[in-house]
Amino acid sequence: MTVHPPLLWPAYKSTLLRAPSKAPVPLQLSVSELTGPTFSDRPVEAHESDLTRQGAIGERLIVHGVLRDDTGRPIPHSVIEVWQTNAAGRYANRADQHPAPLDPNFTGVGRCVTDAQGHYRFQTIRPGAYPWRNHDNAWRPAHIHFSLFGRAFTQRLITQMYFPGDPLFDQDPVLNSVRDPAARQRLISAFDLSATEPEWALAYRFDIVLGGQSATPMEP
Amino acid sequence: MTPSQTIGPFFTHALPYPEGPLVVPLSQPHSFWVRGKVFDGVNAPVPDALIESWQVTDEFSGFGRCPTDEEGNWALHTVKAPYLVLSVFARGLLNRVVTRIYFPDQEQLNATDPVLATLDDTARATLLARAADDGYTFDIHLQGEHETTFFAL
Ligand SMILES: [Fe+2]
Repeated sequence: MTVHPPLLWPAYKSTLLRAPSKAPVPLQLSVSELTGPTFSDRPVEAHESDLTRQGAIGERLIVHGVLRDDTGRPIPHSVIEVWQTNAAGRYANRADQHPAPLDPNFTGVGRCVTDAQGHYRFQTIRPGAYPWRNHDNAWRPAHIHFSLFGRAFTQRLITQMYFPGDPLFDQDPVLNSVRDPAARQRLISAFDLSATEPEWALAYRFDIVLGGQSATPMEP
Repeated sequence: MTPSQTIGPFFTHALPYPEGPLVVPLSQPHSFWVRGKVFDGVNAPVPDALIESWQVTDEFSGFGRCPTDEEGNWALHTVKAPYLVLSVFARGLLNRVVTRIYFPDQEQLNATDPVLATLDDTARATLLARAADDGYTFDIHLQGEHETTFFAL
């Protein structure tokens, strides 16, 4: 049974005309699905993991965790992309018309690479909730968008990380499209006192597990 | 496993990059464009999708990424492979959908392809690009009468 949301989820209105109506065809995997890009031609710079480097306004946070495959093995040297709103709940994106202030010192975009143990770490600020027009008085709970590559095309995943205890969870059809409560819980990060930086930043932990086979042999 | 969530409408400042559509440089011999549009269930263009490609042969492997524009158009500049594998992300897609692009002029490869062999004519036809002036055209229909064949991995 998949942990992923159904593509047709009427509570999230945009799925109505975009979800395919036919069931996906099972695929005999080839080397094209069992491998994936490494981005050696587009190296990630160390500063890209610090979204606060221009002096963003907001509550400073460390967001970190371990990237694993579904056998529990860490996935080292894998690119992670993130994007989020500023502290006021607005994206640095022309299409975002929410009348909340822009922060000229925050793009809300970052990248990093997992280390040899599969660990990643970003420094950012807490994103804000924002309204959207899905239903009457609809608000998205604060979240950070995550884009993961893993080792193979099969493992490619885009998801969202939430913060514990958000009062907007119950009315959010995006989070609630994940039907398995345990799987839904895995999208919610945990406050991590051990990773806080005294006199500097709070910390949240978000571990990520990618399904899907890959051709890469096991590392020793 | 970590569940998927939609890419949402606000990724264009974050994920696309200038060389994203260039799987190979413009100067590469035997390179061409694959251009297409993404449509929804009432044939309206999808202006906020992200297309990603991956292709593997013994000689070359390459990744491409292109967002759709206001008219739903995307384009990737690449070289031949037996097929390209494609992910489509969009607002309203709670998970990506996955398909393949085959080339109509690689008849022998297509005739022996084990995946194409399992499909009926209608499903197979949605995976074949069409020849165009500077390469190929490949439209993606997320839903409806012309729905593209999508795969479960
Ligand atoms: Fe968002």
